[in-house]
Amino acid sequence: MGYKYTYTLGARTWHFRNLADLMAKATPARSGDRLAGVIAESAEERVVAQMRLAELPLLAFLSEALVPYEQDEVTRLILDTHDSVAFAPVAHLTVGDFRNWLLSDQATPEALERLRSGLTPEMVAAVSKLMRNQDLILVAKKCQVTTAFRNTIGLPGHLSTRLQPNHPTDNVSGIAASLLDGLLYGNGDAVIGINPATDNVSQAIKLMGLMDDVIQKYEIPTQSCVLTHVTNTLEAIEQGAPVDLVFQSIGGTEATNSSFGFNLATLQEAQDAAQSLKRGTVGNNVMYFETGQGSSLSANAHHGIDQQTCEARAYAVARRFDPLLVNTVVGFIGPEYLFDGKEITRAGLEDHFCGKLLGVPMGCDICYTNHAEADQNDMDNLLTLLGVAGCTFIMGIPGSDDIMLNYQTTSFHDALYARRVLDLKPAPEYEDWLVRMQIFENTSRYEPSKRLPDLFRAPLKSLTREADHE
Amino acid sequence: MSEQKPLVTGNVWRVLRRFTDARIGLGRAGVSLPTHELLRFQLAHAQARDAVHFPLDVKRLVEDLSESTMALPKKSPLALKSQAEDRLTYLQRPDLGRRLSPESLEGLARHRASDPGESDIAIVIVDGLSSSAVQNNAVPMVTQFLRDLEDEAGNWRLAPLTIVEQGRVAIGDEIGECLGASVVIVLIGERPGLSSPDSLGIYLTWGPESRLSDARRNCISNVRPAGLSFEHASQRLLYLMREARRLRISGVGLKDRTEEVVIEKNANNKNFLTDN
Repeated sequence: MGYKYTYTLGARTWHFRNLADLMAKATPARSGDRLAGVIAESAEERVVAQMRLAELPLLAFLSEALVPYEQDEVTRLILDTHDSVAFAPVAHLTVGDFRNWLLSDQATPEALERLRSGLTPEMVAAVSKLMRNQDLILVAKKCQVTTAFRNTIGLPGHLSTRLQPNHPTDNVSGIAASLLDGLLYGNGDAVIGINPATDNVSQAIKLMGLMDDVIQKYEIPTQSCVLTHVTNTLEAIEQGAPVDLVFQSIGGTEATNSSFGFNLATLQEAQDAAQSLKRGTVGNNVMYFETGQGSSLSANAHHGIDQQTCEARAYAVARRFDPLLVNTVVGFIGPEYLFDGKEITRAGLEDHFCGKLLGVPMGCDICYTNHAEADQNDMDNLLTLLGVAGCTFIMGIPGSDDIMLNYQTTSFHDALYARRVLDLKPAPEYEDWLVRMQIFENTSRYEPSKRLPDLFRAPLKSLTREADHE
Repeated sequence: MSEQKPLVTGNVWRVLRRFTDARIGLGRAGVSLPTHELLRFQLAHAQARDAVHFPLDVKRLVEDLSESTMALPKKSPLALKSQAEDRLTYLQRPDLGRRLSPESLEGLARHRASDPGESDIAIVIVDGLSSSAVQNNAVPMVTQFLRDLEDEAGNWRLAPLTIVEQGRVAIGDEIGECLGASVVIVLIGERPGLSSPDSLGIYLTWGPESRLSDARRNCISNVRPAGLSFEHASQRLLYLMREARRLRISGVGLKDRTEEVVIEKNANNKNFLTDN
C-alpha cells in the first residue's frame, strides 16, 4: 500500500514527493530546513502541506518509515517497541483529529500517560506541526513525567535546575566558586553537571570526585554528572569513580549517533553499569541525555528529514533508557539551524511538547549564541512559556554567561524569577535541604538568606585568611 | 519617616571572583539582577554583537600588516571574498562561506599563472564570526609567527598572504590548494563569547584541498591578549607544522602534545568547599 501525497486547493494540485517531504514542508519555517533544502518554497505551500498532513491517518506512520527499517536501528527501535494496545484509543484518528483529541478533555493526564508507548516520534512531530504555541503549552502541561535518583524530579508545580559550574580550564577553585554561588541561590536540584574543558577519562574522574566530595560533605540531595563521552564514563566506572549519571548527546538517526561514536548497545551497557552502582537513594534513573534540532543535519545524517522530526526521534532513543533528565539545548547550535528568537522559541516549545508526549523528562537549555538574532528578552519569553508548560528543568549558570562554552543560558536569578511569577518549587527533597541549610529564608517567596548560611562560613573564612596573607 | 532599607542585597562570596571570570556574587534586587550588573551584561553582549556584525576593514588591515612587519612576502596581500554576499546570508549559509566567489577564484588563478612557484605555507586571514578578533589580533599574531619562522630550520617558503571576507574555516583549504601550498594556516575570528569578543582561532591543514572534513584540521583556540598569548600560539603552531610535515598529516591523527593539561592541587586550584 501507499499514501498519495497530493492536495488539491481550488484549481491547483500540490504534489509532495513522500511522507518525509510532506513533513518537512509542513514544518514552521526555520533556517536549518532551508540549509538542508527541505523547507517549503512558499508560505502557501507550507499551509497546504499542513492541510494534507492533517488528513493523514496516524496509522500511516506505522507503515511508512522515514528512514528505512533495514538501515537504521532507531527506526527498528521505534517500530519494534510500538505498543498497539496503548495506541488503540487514537488508532482511528487522522493527524488533524489527533490534535483535536489532545486538546480535548478526553486527553486527561492519565489517558496521556497510558497512550505514551503507543505513540511514535513521527506521529508526535507531525501533530506538533499543526499546533500553535499555545497548543504545545496546553498539552505539554497535561503530560506528567516523574523521575528520581536522590530526589524526585518532574512533579506538577515544580521546576528543577541543573547547576552548570563550567570553567575554561577546569580550575577546581573556579568550579567550586561557581558551584557555591549556585547552591546559595538555591540551584542544582536536577543535577550538578560540568562540561569539562579537557575531555578525557582522568579529567572526568577528577571532576566526578570533586562534585561527589561536595555532595557528601554537605549532604545535598542531588546528583552529579560530568558531560563527557559515554565510553569515557564507562571507563570511569570501571576505575571505580563515583558516577551518579551517565551523559551522552544523542540524535534521531543511527548515522547521527555513529558520528557521535556510540550505538544503542553502548547506551544499554552504560545504563546497566551505572545502575549496578546503586548510588540513587529514591530512584534509579541514571541517564542524562542532551539533544537539539539540527544535530542530524550537522552530522550529514538527516536522510532528507526535517530537523524537528529528527529531534523527536532522538526522544525514542532517550526513553528506551529511562533517563533522569533529557535536555534540548535549543539555541546552542547557531543561526544556520535556528535563526532568531522566534525560531528558537518555537523549537523549544516543540521539543518540550514532543518529549513530554512521548514520556521523556524534558528540560530545556534556554540559550543563544552571540551570532544568533536573539537576546536576553527572547530567553525571558521562552523561560516564561516553558515554565507555564511545566518544563522539567532548566540550566543555571552565574549571570547567564557560560565562560567555557561561550554562550548564554538561564541564570540562577532567572530560575528564582520563574519560581516567583509561576510559583514553581524545587524538588521536594531539595527544598527541605535548602531550608535545613538556611539557604532559603522564605520558601514561599523563594528568597535566599541575607546572611551566609553557617555551614559555608568556614570555607569562606579560610579563603579570606589566605587572601590576607597574600 | 520610615527607615531606608538597602535595595540591593550583596553577596559576601563575591571575593571568590579571584578564582573565576564567571559572573558570581552578583547580588540581587529582590531575586533579580541589580541594575549595574544588568547593564554590565548588556554592554558585553553589545560588544559581542558588534564583533559579529561590523565588517572587517580590509584596507586598514593591509596597512597595519605592511607597517608592522618587514618579513611579509614581497607582494601585497590578496583580498578575496566567499560566495556569501552579505552577513545575513553568511550566518545562515555556512556552505557558502566555505567556497570562494567566482571572481576571487579567477583572481587567484590569475595570480597563480603569473607566479607558478612552489610554496610551503599559505597564511589565510578570515573575518569569520568576529571582525574585531581579526582587526585587533591578526597583525600581532602574524608578526610574531613570521619572526619565529625566521629562526626555524627547514626552509618554509611563504605563499602570498590572503584576506577573506565572509569566510568560514574551510575556505582556507580551497585557497591553499589554489596556491599550491603544502600547508595552510587559517587565522579566523571565533564565535564571540560574552567575555571574549575578540578571540582568534588558528587552523592548520596539511595538503589542503577543497571539501576536506573538520577531522583533517588542527585547531589552536582563544588566541588574544587575555587568553592564549601570541608567543604561545606561535610556538604551538610551529610544533604542529613540524609534525605535520614529518608525518604528512594533520587533524585527528596529529596530536598536540604541547597541550596536555592536568589538574594539580595548589593554592589556587583546590576545592575550598571540602579541603578547608
